[in-house]
Amino acid sequence: MTPATTAPAAAPTPAERAAAHGLTLSGARPPLPRYVRLLWERRHFVTAYGTARTRATYSTARLGGLWQLATPLLNAAVYYAVFGVVMRQSHGVPDYLPFLLTGVFVWDFIGSTVNAGTRAVHANLGLVRALHFPRASLPLAAVVQHFQQLLVSLGALLALLTALGRPPRARWLLAVPALLLAALFCTGCALAMARIGSRIPDTAQLMPFVLRTWMYASGVMWSIGHVVGQGHLPHWAGAALAANPAAVYIDLVRHALVDGSAAQPLPPHAWALAAAWAVAAAAGGFVWFWRAEEEYGRG
Amino acid sequence: MADIPARARGDARVPTVIADGVHVVHTVRTGARRGGAAAALSRLLRGGGPAPGAHRVHAVKGVTFTAYRGEAIGLIGSNGSGKSTLLRAVAGLQPLTRGTVHALGRPSLLGVNAALMNDLTGERNVVLGGLAMGMSREEVRRRYQDIVDFSGIDERGDFTSLPMRTYSSGMAARLRFSIAAAVDHEVLMIDEALATGDAAFQRRSQARIEELRERAGTVFLVSHAIGTVRDTCDRALWLEAGTLRMDGPAAEVCEAYERSVRGG
Repeated sequence: MTPATTAPAAAPTPAERAAAHGLTLSGARPPLPRYVRLLWERRHFVTAYGTARTRATYSTARLGGLWQLATPLLNAAVYYAVFGVVMRQSHGVPDYLPFLLTGVFVWDFIGSTVNAGTRAVHANLGLVRALHFPRASLPLAAVVQHFQQLLVSLGALLALLTALGRPPRARWLLAVPALLLAALFCTGCALAMARIGSRIPDTAQLMPFVLRTWMYASGVMWSIGHVVGQGHLPHWAGAALAANPAAVYIDLVRHALVDGSAAQPLPPHAWALAAAWAVAAAAGGFVWFWRAEEEYGRG
Repeated sequence: MADIPARARGDARVPTVIADGVHVVHTVRTGARRGGAAAALSRLLRGGGPAPGAHRVHAVKGVTFTAYRGEAIGLIGSNGSGKSTLLRAVAGLQPLTRGTVHALGRPSLLGVNAALMNDLTGERNVVLGGLAMGMSREEVRRRYQDIVDFSGIDERGDFTSLPMRTYSSGMAARLRFSIAAAVDHEVLMIDEALATGDAAFQRRSQARIEELRERAGTVFLVSHAIGTVRDTCDRALWLEAGTLRMDGPAAEVCEAYERSVRGG
């Protein structure tokens, strides 16, 4: 931009007049540090919007918020019937019920966050076009919404564990850093998917298939360690399955909460891998989302 | 929004929007936009790029103007003359093909179709809209009743506790305007929002526009109702087929426009 310091003999150009009066290019993207600050100023919007979405999800149901608890439990019951009873995946997996519940709940969080992130900008075009706010607020609100769901589900799980006669253990606290890293990873994915989804709305139709494939590859209802241990998979396939971020986070939470899983050693570098995925996804997703900030709401 | 510097008050010639040679070319996809699976696949593969046979519409052709503090500017012109496109360009929501728009702060555009959060209640929309515009929780609590009263949506029953999707289009537009007008905007653009309100609401919003102008903001108003532009604005831009046909005092421009419409 032309600085206004060059004293113009002739009439100033529009850009010079604009600079002289502190006008900025309309629709320009703020620099990254300023963007982070703007986003921080909107933190109340992010949490309030996430909470409001949670409430709205069940607002038309007669039982209301009870579904927030019932939905994940029913979901888990179906998986237990199919994989635990019919297909007998539980064979050789100690503590299969809590093992399965942990997997389902953590996966639900990852899958729904990525799914909601894909729609976060595209489904809110009215809001995006009407008001100015950092657009990253929308995918972040989706993460907040589903993290609240995750806390409710895990609360139910801990209550169930206690009811099954497992006393609370100090090890349970390890779930906190694991879940925070998972949330960080999901934030990055949601941001990246929000940009893709806003450009190509058809992505939202594709996501259920992508997510289902990802879920089956993440050891939600079966034990990756168990299958790899049987030795009929090539080494690289086993390594790829174990490095899958969803599997890493599910593993860490299981290790913290499920006695049967805690008895087995964690794969080496599990925490380092979890942190690396989280930082890489969050930083990459955030910067990549920001780079298209001025384009959201167009078209 | 930031406070207006004191030195700016009273000086009517401080520019808030400088549009310089603005051109906007739309690429309009014709054919089955929501067509079958094959069309969807080819769209996906193209990554949303221009489709073969897409039409290019030159909606705004080299519009130049400067808006100043304290002005209320009406945009008039027939349907498809580029009024709404120009406003979207000023708001930074529409990429320019050529030219530049400089503006003070971030111009806010209020359109008729700009839904907020349809599945949430009116109450949530007020709170969330306020937070999104950068109000603090305390500020939202303080202004909440004013916003609801201004919109008048509770005059016939407790509509704030119903989801916004149950509102009539007029009620929704009123609530949106009330939320957006609750903060002082340096540049506020209103696209037909007032036409949908009833007489009492129109009086209130005209008063609010007057207030925003007095606080040294600039208000743009797109309306087909020439009467609204004449009553509310002091300056008018007349767009015809994407070019600026006339720019001047609202009364004069409105009269010239009406003469041309009647004359055929």
